[in-house]
Amino acid sequence: MTALPLLTRVLRQPPSMAQLGAPEWELLLRQAVATDMGATLALLAEEHGLLQALPAQVRRRLDWERTGWRRHGQAVRFELRQVQHALRTSGLPLILLKGTAYVAAGLPAAAGRLFSDVDILVPKNRLNEVEGLLMAHGWASSHHDAYDQRYYREWMHELPPMQHMRRGTAIDVHHAILPETARVRPDPALLRAGARALPGQPGLFVLAPCDMVLHSAVHLFSEGEYDHGLRDLFDLHRLLCHFGANEPGFWTALPLRARELELTRPLFYALRYCMRVLGTPVPAATVAAAAAGRPNPVLLALMDSLFLRALRPVHPSCAGTLTALSDLMLFIRGNWLRMPPLMLSRHLFQKAFLTPRNVKLDQV
Amino acid sequence: MLTVAALSESALSARLRGPGLRLRTGPFISCIRSSVPALAVALARMYGDYPVLDDDIPADFDVLLRRPRGLRRLVKPQVFFHYDGMEPFQPLPLAQLYPMFEWAMNWCVSSHAHSWLVIHAAVVEKEGAAVILPAPPGSGKSTLCAALVARGWRLLSDELTLVRLDDGRIDPVPRPVSLKNASIDVIRAWAPQAHLSPPVADTMKGTVAHMRPPQASVARADEPASPAWIVFPQWRAGACAELVSVPQARAHLRLAENAFNYSLLGAAGFTTAARLVEATRTFDFSYGALDDAMAVFEGLLAQRR
Repeated sequence: MTALPLLTRVLRQPPSMAQLGAPEWELLLRQAVATDMGATLALLAEEHGLLQALPAQVRRRLDWERTGWRRHGQAVRFELRQVQHALRTSGLPLILLKGTAYVAAGLPAAAGRLFSDVDILVPKNRLNEVEGLLMAHGWASSHHDAYDQRYYREWMHELPPMQHMRRGTAIDVHHAILPETARVRPDPALLRAGARALPGQPGLFVLAPCDMVLHSAVHLFSEGEYDHGLRDLFDLHRLLCHFGANEPGFWTALPLRARELELTRPLFYALRYCMRVLGTPVPAATVAAAAAGRPNPVLLALMDSLFLRALRPVHPSCAGTLTALSDLMLFIRGNWLRMPPLMLSRHLFQKAFLTPRNVKLDQV
Repeated sequence: MLTVAALSESALSARLRGPGLRLRTGPFISCIRSSVPALAVALARMYGDYPVLDDDIPADFDVLLRRPRGLRRLVKPQVFFHYDGMEPFQPLPLAQLYPMFEWAMNWCVSSHAHSWLVIHAAVVEKEGAAVILPAPPGSGKSTLCAALVARGWRLLSDELTLVRLDDGRIDPVPRPVSLKNASIDVIRAWAPQAHLSPPVADTMKGTVAHMRPPQASVARADEPASPAWIVFPQWRAGACAELVSVPQARAHLRLAENAFNYSLLGAAGFTTAARLVEATRTFDFSYGALDDAMAVFEGLLAQRR
């Protein structure tokens, strides 16, 4: 766990790509592709004017990744128009979350970012109406198991994921950013009230800068699975750098907003690991103010050891002896944060013993 | 240049078990690792003429075929395909190791190589003119391809037609030709001199064997070809060989259906397919006997001379 993995070093210092030899490029590409950051690497090389200096074969490989990403962006914008069309009669502002928001707002965090769902935020009392409109336009709930339906509808912060029957595209309809059963539940009305309209795209909104960062932090540091840990941390890094440079008062407002939304702990983790892993330049005053979310030293030492492992590239070259144990502990933690213990034990029992296994079509 | 055939069996196995065998197939370099001894045997048999590169040349694809750890391997012998630590396919029975290797190599190209419009089609060339044979499985595309190759046409590929986005020419990626079920015996009878891998029964495609490409096709893997015809083959028992012209728009749509990355490439996919259709004559081709089919293809060539 000593030296930083190659991909992490390049994300910290993109210009260092220019100095890499051929064998290092191969490793870098493999780490990036396995971490779902191949296109991110391609766009970083382009942004820093390094493409022309790279070996032809590397440039070609990066180009493949960028081509896939360009198509992804097109598909996301097309899908957004479909969602907007489906929900037009509701009169609701279409508040976009996560990757969808980065793409629609044209944020640097969208460069190279791939994701599989469109995420939107609607008021809880309008969920039925939104679900009905989406169904009328071809989306269907993809979780048919009665337990899963109850799990999402009663306890989670989103509808069961819906998939479009013809296009196969997925949409997650959120009414909050944390589950109903979690210990901390930031008020979604505050998030909706602060949402900002996207200039030139009538009807589309994204969360305000601080809220967008906090949502990204909540998402990353309450998760149970860290397949995309480094990628999501890089989102945070780019959001922080971008808003820090372009949004007056951002660094002062961020810890205050975290307190208001009861999200001081995720903010603390976000700043700590962004600075440690990616070298994000965070002003000292913000770091000091965010210390309100600091856990006790024993817990912090444990979290350091877990997160610093989970935030490495997802590639065999970066796995250590404790990676599997660390992943398991984070998985348990993610579920622990999601529900109270009794409910969690019931949930795990249900999932382990009662939920029917996926029945293959040829067995029906 | 070092080739697979120049490596001793132990040197080949050592590369596969250790740093990986860097195998060049057309424009691609794959780093292949496996501790399964049968893969070394299969590669020595089928890939003897292919170039092997030094360890410091970066590979495009990282292919690992491994057996499960622990007792499971005794109970249920299987082989897993890993790509950069991911597992794109379900494991297959160990007996299907070599077909799985070929499918994995196809997958690597079809899901990444976006500097080309990648069409699911065989492509062969003679006298500088390439014929593209796109078709769904079962249409006799690979059989026709193997038969043409055995009669002196150059193999560019039996599965992956790589159409350049800039000038519309086709880059070869010659690899063993996949033959299924009855085709295996048909080709054995048609070309007794051809080298076929031992048939593997009960795969998801039935019984599968591969035909080793001629040395001359492998040696010319750097030489692109210009497309002259697109022929959509359909084998039917007893049918006489017949070419029927396909209108350009329909040919374009069929190419799009058979391409792996047509929509991913967006406008470039459309332009490349349109240019390809513009530059070629396009036919539906039904046939019942390989002899008749050969005559038809030689006839196409003769019209160009």
